[in-house]
Amino acid sequence: MKILVCIKQVPGTSKIDVDPVTGVLKRDGVDSKMNPYDLFAIETALKLKEQKGGTIQVISMGPPQAKEVIREAFMMGVDEGALVSDRKFAGADVLATSYTISQGVRQLDDFDLILCGKQTTDGDTAQVGPEMAEYLGIPHIANVLSIVDLKDTSIQVEMDMANTIEVAEIQFPCLLTVEKDIFQPRLPSYKKKLSTKDREIRMITFKDFQDNNETRYGLSGSPTQVERIFPPSVNSDRETWTGTSAELSAQIADKLKQLKFV
Amino acid sequence: MSTLICHQEKLNESNIQALVDICPFGALEHKNGTLEITAGCKMCKLCVKKGPQGVMEFIEDAATTVDKNSWKGIGVYVDHVEGEIHPVTLELIGKAKELASVVNFPVYCVFIGYNIKDKAQELLHYGVDEVFVYDYEELKHFRIEPYTAAFEDFIQRIKPSSLLVGATTIGRSLAPRVAARFRTGLTADCTTLEMKENTDLVQIRPAFGGNIMAQIICPNTRPQMATVRYKVMNAPEKQCEPSGKITLCQLDPQQLVSSINVLKVTHKQIEENISDAEVIIAVGRALKSEKDMAMIKELAQLLGAQIAGTRPLVEAGWINAKQQIGLSGRTVKPKLIITLGISGAVQFTAGMNSSEQIFAINKDPLASIFNIAHYGIIGDLYEVVPQLIEDIKGSKLLACAR
Repeated sequence: MKILVCIKQVPGTSKIDVDPVTGVLKRDGVDSKMNPYDLFAIETALKLKEQKGGTIQVISMGPPQAKEVIREAFMMGVDEGALVSDRKFAGADVLATSYTISQGVRQLDDFDLILCGKQTTDGDTAQVGPEMAEYLGIPHIANVLSIVDLKDTSIQVEMDMANTIEVAEIQFPCLLTVEKDIFQPRLPSYKKKLSTKDREIRMITFKDFQDNNETRYGLSGSPTQVERIFPPSVNSDRETWTGTSAELSAQIADKLKQLKFV
Repeated sequence: MSTLICHQEKLNESNIQALVDICPFGALEHKNGTLEITAGCKMCKLCVKKGPQGVMEFIEDAATTVDKNSWKGIGVYVDHVEGEIHPVTLELIGKAKELASVVNFPVYCVFIGYNIKDKAQELLHYGVDEVFVYDYEELKHFRIEPYTAAFEDFIQRIKPSSLLVGATTIGRSLAPRVAARFRTGLTADCTTLEMKENTDLVQIRPAFGGNIMAQIICPNTRPQMATVRYKVMNAPEKQCEPSGKITLCQLDPQQLVSSINVLKVTHKQIEENISDAEVIIAVGRALKSEKDMAMIKELAQLLGAQIAGTRPLVEAGWINAKQQIGLSGRTVKPKLIITLGISGAVQFTAGMNSSEQIFAINKDPLASIFNIAHYGIIGDLYEVVPQLIEDIKGSKLLACAR
């Protein structure tokens, strides 16, 4: 079977400050890593391949240095990788990103199964997977907890709903977003690192796309606009109490009584 | 297409480095005296605003605009499993009414499922103007293709200006699909929503792991879509008299086709859920050993509280993952939360900072939890908590004696 996994390079840390004067993001360093949730998607693909055979490709979108995460995927056992990268994609929001990746996917192959992590640690929206599925015209299931059964033309999965767990069968081609801990991701192998170090990573740019309408990509293709960014608000109505522990506990108990919690 | 250009002729040795340094994404590369903008560019325009004047220029094209007057009303997706309406729905109705009052819009609900006509009546007690019901056996389980088709039909029919969807398992799967179909914007996990006079929806959400808030608008497309987590907005009071009406909608049989087959539904064991707790005692890393949980449990029992905590406690195995508050855990909004020995990293506070009363006990007077606590108590939990347990027990005894 043909499996595609979508992966992303994210900042190594979520520590971020806003310059209080300029209101501008201060990013420390350029430390980056693979989105940790994507490791579970890659592991799922590897497990399915062990069962049924086939090939696993990964696709990512980002600057040229995002090749690093594709190399990392190779070290885990992924067969092929492609990077969708072009200046024209700059400033893409969820919609433009999803459309761009879906155009990239169309350049690669017809896949039976596309796997995504639950979300990324920098965008945190969990929206790109379902939006891509829409653009590719295939059904999707999100929040997949486990794989129940893999058949020739379909897959049975367990999905996590608010109050229920549902087992559903979905026909190929389809897209799944998998929960963290669906499988324990394997560590990158040093042997594979050596054997894949010269493996080519396919670069896909704007001019390779079927749809060359520039207004669908990057900032122009993004319906949402960030008006401003600001630090989270600080509650101004607050009191600070100091004293001996006996004084403090009495003060807390009184306040709790006054607020009718005791 | 909007684009960023570099006037290479204005470059010189000193301003090249300045520009390279200014870009927070490392997307400006110095190559033999020229400056190249790489695919890492996020169009933040910082190089235009803060860089050497006139070197970088942002050329904006005229965006295609939408006729905002032909999109009216605010729609709320009724989140449910097998007809049992999720309370986030009522919270979204409450918010939708607030937003609608600014621009004098009606509030609509879209209810997609099977055997739900009676359940729709319930919604009329919360002040919605009209509930659009799609009731088919094929919609019994949440399956993406027919649910998207029904949602699409509702949007085509009503042309709502804004749509609010609960950030539940279903909402987070369905809303993006619908947004892509209409090529419109969708903002996930909004914590604040406001309405502008021109019907633009102002959406505020935490970004970068909650370290920053982003204010987002979607000015050139309709409908504007936002998801909101449970317990972020407030549900309106239930009215005794129902108002508004219910409209049954039809779909083509082919719109109900799905390649997904739901084989089995198991109800999860009903367990204490910190998201529903009215009172929470939250513990952090200052707790020294697992046996100290006994003291915490005693306090929790006295206050009728549920116990929750930070990630290190989950990792230590002292509380389970479902008791974790924060970005990687649950969001809670209790009437009272007492945090014990929690420093207050944003990853934690993002999950609890809309609690009604926040008491924080921490030894460190500079702990950031004091920035959000209503009552900051500078003290050692090992001294204050046992004393507090005695004080509460004492006052309970007194109450009984009276």
